Amino acid sequence: MHIVIKLFGVPLSCPITNSMNIWFSCFLFIIVTPAHIVRLYDRFEALDKEKTGHLRPQDFGAINRLAMNPIGDRIIGAFFSPGQETVDFHSFVRILAHFRPADKKHPKDPSMPEPVNSRTSKLKFAFQLYDQDKDGKISRAELLQVLRSMLEMQVTEEQLESIADRTIQEADLDNDDAISFEEFRKSLEKVNIDHKMSIRFLR
Amino acid sequence: MPALWRSTFVLVMVLLAISRPSLASEATGNGTEHTITTLPIVIWKWEEIHFPYLVALWVLVSWLCKLVFQLNPCLTRVIPESGLLICIGWVLGGIIYGADKVQTFRLQPFTFFFYLLPQIVLDAGYSMPNKLFFGNLGAILVYAVIGTCWNAATLGLALWGCWLGGAMGNIDTGLLQLLLFGSLIAAVDPVAVIAVFEEVHVNEVLYILVFGESLLNDGVTVVLFNVFDAFVSLGGAQIDAVEIIKGIISFFVVAVGGSLVGVVFALLISLLTRCTKNIQIIEPGFIFVLGYLSYLTAEMLSLSAILSCTFCGVCCQKYINANMDERSVSTVRSTMKVFANGSETIIFVFLGISAIDPSIWVWNTAFILLTLLFIFVFRFIGVFLLTWILNQYRLVPLDFIDQLVMGYGGLRGAVAYGLVLLLDENKYKEKKLMISTTLIVVYFTVMLQGITMKPLVTWLKVKRAAVSERTLAEKIQNRTFDHMLVAIEDISGQIGDNYMRDKWNNFEEKWLYWLLMTPIARKSCDPIFNIFHKLNIKDATSYVKEGERRGSLAFVRNENKADVDFNKKFGCIDFMTRSSKDENIFFLRDSVPSVCLDMHEQDLKMRESEDFDAHHLLQQHLYKGRKQHRHRYSRKQLEVNKDEHEVQEIFQRTMRSRLESFKSAKMGVAPPKKISKHLKKDQPQKMPNGKSTDNSKSHAYGDEDFEFSEGDSASGYEAAGGSFPMRAYRGAGIVNPAFMAEMDTMDPMPPMQQIPSWLAETEVDSSNMVPSQRAQLRLPWTPSNLRRLAPLCLSTHSNDSFLLADSPATQEGISELPPPPPPQDGQGQGTHK
Repeated sequence: MHIVIKLFGVPLSCPITNSMNIWFSCFLFIIVTPAHIVRLYDRFEALDKEKTGHLRPQDFGAINRLAMNPIGDRIIGAFFSPGQETVDFHSFVRILAHFRPADKKHPKDPSMPEPVNSRTSKLKFAFQLYDQDKDGKISRAELLQVLRSMLEMQVTEEQLESIADRTIQEADLDNDDAISFEEFRKSLEKVNIDHKMSIRFLR
Repeated sequence: MPALWRSTFVLVMVLLAISRPSLASEATGNGTEHTITTLPIVIWKWEEIHFPYLVALWVLVSWLCKLVFQLNPCLTRVIPESGLLICIGWVLGGIIYGADKVQTFRLQPFTFFFYLLPQIVLDAGYSMPNKLFFGNLGAILVYAVIGTCWNAATLGLALWGCWLGGAMGNIDTGLLQLLLFGSLIAAVDPVAVIAVFEEVHVNEVLYILVFGESLLNDGVTVVLFNVFDAFVSLGGAQIDAVEIIKGIISFFVVAVGGSLVGVVFALLISLLTRCTKNIQIIEPGFIFVLGYLSYLTAEMLSLSAILSCTFCGVCCQKYINANMDERSVSTVRSTMKVFANGSETIIFVFLGISAIDPSIWVWNTAFILLTLLFIFVFRFIGVFLLTWILNQYRLVPLDFIDQLVMGYGGLRGAVAYGLVLLLDENKYKEKKLMISTTLIVVYFTVMLQGITMKPLVTWLKVKRAAVSERTLAEKIQNRTFDHMLVAIEDISGQIGDNYMRDKWNNFEEKWLYWLLMTPIARKSCDPIFNIFHKLNIKDATSYVKEGERRGSLAFVRNENKADVDFNKKFGCIDFMTRSSKDENIFFLRDSVPSVCLDMHEQDLKMRESEDFDAHHLLQQHLYKGRKQHRHRYSRKQLEVNKDEHEVQEIFQRTMRSRLESFKSAKMGVAPPKKISKHLKKDQPQKMPNGKSTDNSKSHAYGDEDFEFSEGDSASGYEAAGGSFPMRAYRGAGIVNPAFMAEMDTMDPMPPMQQIPSWLAETEVDSSNMVPSQRAQLRLPWTPSNLRRLAPLCLSTHSNDSFLLADSPATQEGISELPPPPPPQDGQGQGTHK
């Protein structure tokens, strides 16, 4: 059972069960345009093999190339809010909206809440990939885990450790041997986050 | 100012020497014609050597010009160097013309294309920021190919229109000739552009776009030039659709073929450097010869030589830098710069000189002014048009100001001049007009636009390049971003740039690394690891510098305190530099401790009762005199002045001193370090022997210096104070910086103290778990200390302020430590007082 919703001239075809989600997403069209929603919805359906309207971690795991990605499981994890086993279309879009390039032409309306593609929220997204225990700090062990998965075989364990230590020392301002979000943001001050964390097709 | 005058005087003298060839040749002519009547003692042989002599003189003169300008920084701040060089070229040309009444020296196309241009192109390719270049390759190609064609076509057509309209008076030309002229003058010149843009530091995207465009469109313009030249030769009547299609095909074949030749040569170079380990001296030479060959080969196949050379440089840089010895890499880099910068200077000077020659000047106001106008206007239109199209697809659109600067940065240069000289005067009746127009265009763009570029960039508030200090955090984060983007593209099912890049990276890692890199280079090619390594080296050097400065200064004032402090830091750092300098050591580290343990124990019994008087000290630490090994000369090796006996001696001595340190550590007696001077002096001498010993055990190398200094131990552990525990630890030959950090902090740990360090080390090694825990325990403070010292060291010139600035940092470091146990109470203050 499908209904067709016309939204800003773009016909959206979707099953009734998800229509609410679509409508809800449309309120987010400031961050994702209708055309993107259509494309992403197609993708969502393709991933959702059992047609439940929800994606489970296994559905993501089925993407072949994602399995080869050293931080793939972390990315998948980022889609699921704590305690939840599934992700619906709305959250799916919301997460992907982080990767939309910041819109320079329309300056931000101060009354609106901060959009998800702002620098801060992009950085937050990156930060929580490290911060797996959600304590607001990247500990040495957490950093080490990420490094280990990214550097693979080439470097010995001790070198990894000294790299991790060094990185923490670089960023650590209050000497608590961990990187807080503020410190994380400081350490990447010179990086053009909008360049690095944007995907072209979401423009 | 006096400097300027002096240099000018020198220049004039040199010029006078040059402008004498007529006299000189007469003299030699006389000398050789006559049969000699008696044995001449010296002969004037100017005729035989005058060619190379003149070349060498000219190179010297051009470089001296550069020197003159660099003496006047206020001048170069206003006018770009390229403009100044052209000006001095005018002056030189005037002098020559005044002396000879003809312009003897001119930039010949052959010289330009075969001796001056290749190294500039190769250098540009070799030092191209790779990731940025390939990331923007699409945009660069659009600008380089379509933009150049656009410039050529519009200029040709517009001039043709004006010519038909009768604006230029009576000149003998035609559509094809004007198109040819358009194509030769269309290309933005890399030499001029780089010269100007290097001085204004615009943001990196803008820089790479302008730079990449100027480099690639040279290739394009040469191709266009050849096609139109052929068309002109064919004559207007012969040209039909087939010929035009052929022309278009040849355009692509020449451009793509040239690039492919370059890539093939890049592969060759990379493969070669895989196996040049034994001939390190000429290793860098291969890069130059093969780079030049890639240029010549492409030229031979009538493909685009410039593109070939560029791509050769771009593609091979990564692999050869990884494959070659660090020394060779820096040789290649600096030599490349010498060549490129040198020939750039020569080119600009000669561009100036060539102008002072009435025989090439034909003035046609309309033609020249119209050309200038059209070039300027169409460049802007082309840039705006293409950028508009590109911005539809770009992730980060170029904003209006960037476009303005790009348009304004369309400097023409020597390539256009070289090409216009190639024209055949029989076919092109207006060759002289074209030459003078080209010269005017070059002068106008280089001088006027070059001078105004900097104020414009400031005025428009163009985003400047951020001076970013590369940090580990950034590097790691960049890597995470890459993976993240790939993952997101996978999830959203899009095939985008990141997907392609990821594919390429996988391919590269799997095949190219295997094919083109030596196994060792493969191991260490990871960028995160690299930057870690570099940071370590940087810290180490700044640390040594600081230590030297501090040591030498404090030494004068107060012997005792300074000694302790300096020694400590110096030894520590020395160790670190070496270990991180040589990757091999890094990787060999695991096999270290067992061998030396045996030796220690044997020697220990033998020399138990030995005491250290001055005699012994000298005998132990002065090298034995040996004849003729210090200043040997070899063309094959860099390090010739090492003697095998000496290596042996040093090795034995190292073993001996290690034994002593072992002994002292075991007995709880540590020698104080007094001879800080020894440390410094001996370091360079001993460097060579590192290689030979590190085969068997990499760490023998690392600890010899400080062992050396502690040989004259007299006082006990208590007297040594803070410096002791660390030193003992060092004796164990740990080479990993991870352990480095521990050395300083070793002391607060009572249990570790009593164990001789290498014993601790072996235990650690056998279990394989302990080092990490220990590292976890207390790594933080030492390297952070390091990091803090680095900027201080750079910024302070006065020693007083340095000491002032430094002391809080050190204190801070101390305060972070857990309070030391009672026996060591005194040490904290002792060290850092």
